Amino acid sequence: LRLLPPPTIVRLMSLAYAHETQCHATARFADGLVLECGQFIAPLDIAYTTQGRLNSARSNAVLVCHALTGDQHVVGPHPANGRPGWWTAMVGPGRPIDTDRWFVVCTNVLGGCMGSTGPSSINPATGSAWASDFPPITIGDMVAAQARLVFEHLGIPRIFAVIGGSMGGMQVLEWTVRFPAAMAAAVPIATAHFHSAQNIAFHEVGRQAIAADPSFHRGRYQQHGVVPERGLAVARMCAHITYLSEAALTRKFGRRWRGGMRDLPTEMFEVESYLQHQGASFVRRFDANSYLAITRAMDLFDLSEDRPSLADAFRATRARFCVVSFSSDWLFPTARSRELVRALHAVAASVSFVEIETDKGHDAFLLDEPDLHRTVSGFLSGVASREGVGN
Amino acid sequence: LTLAPLADDQELRQDLRLIAAMVPARSRVLDIGCGNGALIAHLARTRQCDARGLELDMSEVTQAVAHGLPVMQGNADTDLVHYPDASFDFVILSRTLQAVSQPREVLRQMLRIGASAIVSFPNFGHWRVRWQLLVTGCMPMTRVWHRPWFETPNIHPCTLHDFFSLCRMDGHRVAEWFAVDDAGRQTPWRRFPRLANIFGEQAVFRLTSN
Repeated sequence: LRLLPPPTIVRLMSLAYAHETQCHATARFADGLVLECGQFIAPLDIAYTTQGRLNSARSNAVLVCHALTGDQHVVGPHPANGRPGWWTAMVGPGRPIDTDRWFVVCTNVLGGCMGSTGPSSINPATGSAWASDFPPITIGDMVAAQARLVFEHLGIPRIFAVIGGSMGGMQVLEWTVRFPAAMAAAVPIATAHFHSAQNIAFHEVGRQAIAADPSFHRGRYQQHGVVPERGLAVARMCAHITYLSEAALTRKFGRRWRGGMRDLPTEMFEVESYLQHQGASFVRRFDANSYLAITRAMDLFDLSEDRPSLADAFRATRARFCVVSFSSDWLFPTARSRELVRALHAVAASVSFVEIETDKGHDAFLLDEPDLHRTVSGFLSGVASREGVGN
Repeated sequence: LTLAPLADDQELRQDLRLIAAMVPARSRVLDIGCGNGALIAHLARTRQCDARGLELDMSEVTQAVAHGLPVMQGNADTDLVHYPDASFDFVILSRTLQAVSQPREVLRQMLRIGASAIVSFPNFGHWRVRWQLLVTGCMPMTRVWHRPWFETPNIHPCTLHDFFSLCRMDGHRVAEWFAVDDAGRQTPWRRFPRLANIFGEQAVFRLTSN
């Protein structure tokens, strides 16, 4: 294969996709990546999945960007627990991001723990895991890494759409700023152009919980053969509350006791039991140092930084935007999306903007939310027909 | 692949068809109060316009976006200020002027962000409205003004005559105007604004800055 020119390799890969519409792989870039902080990491590994088939014009690629604790297994099944992927409601055959039509790519973010280079990868300088020595990364670094996969490894010159919720939405925005002509459509969902003081505050509680766990060993827990499970679980529990609305918590749990029992020594509200379960299952699939690195990357995100205004960030963009927020999302409230929409107006970008009425809070983007699905599928079809892309 | 049949020519409201006829091909258009996007869908499909919409009602917005139209949820009173000067060739406000809280400011903003503004509104000077108020002494209820006074969103009704006065006062040039009768047909009283103010059920204006 190495003797063949790169386009041939790409063509062979397309042939492979022709009978296999799902692919899990890791791309290695031996020449590494220079990070925004100035440090250099090599090699750069990017683990990714694809669904569907890349058309001969290479014009039907949709890049899905995952959120803080997501991964590349959009549709699944997840290798750690065999469960369906995190966005099966949105992505699949006949779903709003229809894999019969679109070639869906999702990468594990830089700093993640599902195969892409991150704190649990081996640092070639020391021969052991990077752990707490892993350089600080940014949303921009994540996007730079994705771009290498898309442009160089997959040979896709222009993406049809970049889509993601929460931190995935931050990546979408970063894509439109860094590569303003590289996509036809951008769909930032339940996100913001910066991480607010409140957002940072909740992240800090989580990080402090991890740091306070005696098993943390200043990040070198792997060397001690332990995992800061309790700290990571508390971080997840705290974060999980922020993903739900008060109304959703009340609807799901109210003041009910687990098992309907009240007078046992182990008595527990259903909501407590639910959160403990969320924490316990999270530590089985996520690495604490990755959690620290990625939450920090989100905190550092601010597209208006070092620019006269947010609008200046989008001046060169050619993408058509569909901005989506949820009425009960207090973590990334609709007000943030409106600021974004105003900045896009100021540069006369084409913007659709929908606030979806729901009580499910920030997590609504992951759930079965018919208005969200109608919006995304309609928007993609509209852009496709305007751009003459697809099928 | 086609857009869903949201707005066939047959289904397009008569006043919207008249407005569409004023917009040249490939114009940049903003439709304020675009509803489900029927007009912008029509302009995009039949005239290859870059047509966008602004709509207050979220369920209408969702419907429009789900049909692939570039529509955003927003408020004419507060959101127009964020658009840069001269970003559109035409800014359209159909049957919405009477429902905004600052009609005068909205008109100013329309002419700031667009080279031309097209405005349609139901004429409160129509003879049926006058007759009902005169005879019954109650707020008129007609086909166009069909909500009782205590729940109508139409907080700023005006007559064709009033609108001419406002344009004069604020220095907007009336490039074109006509009235539409009960059946939605363009009426022949172009040269007689007084008659139009009696028999026109709706008015359509195209304004430009002086």
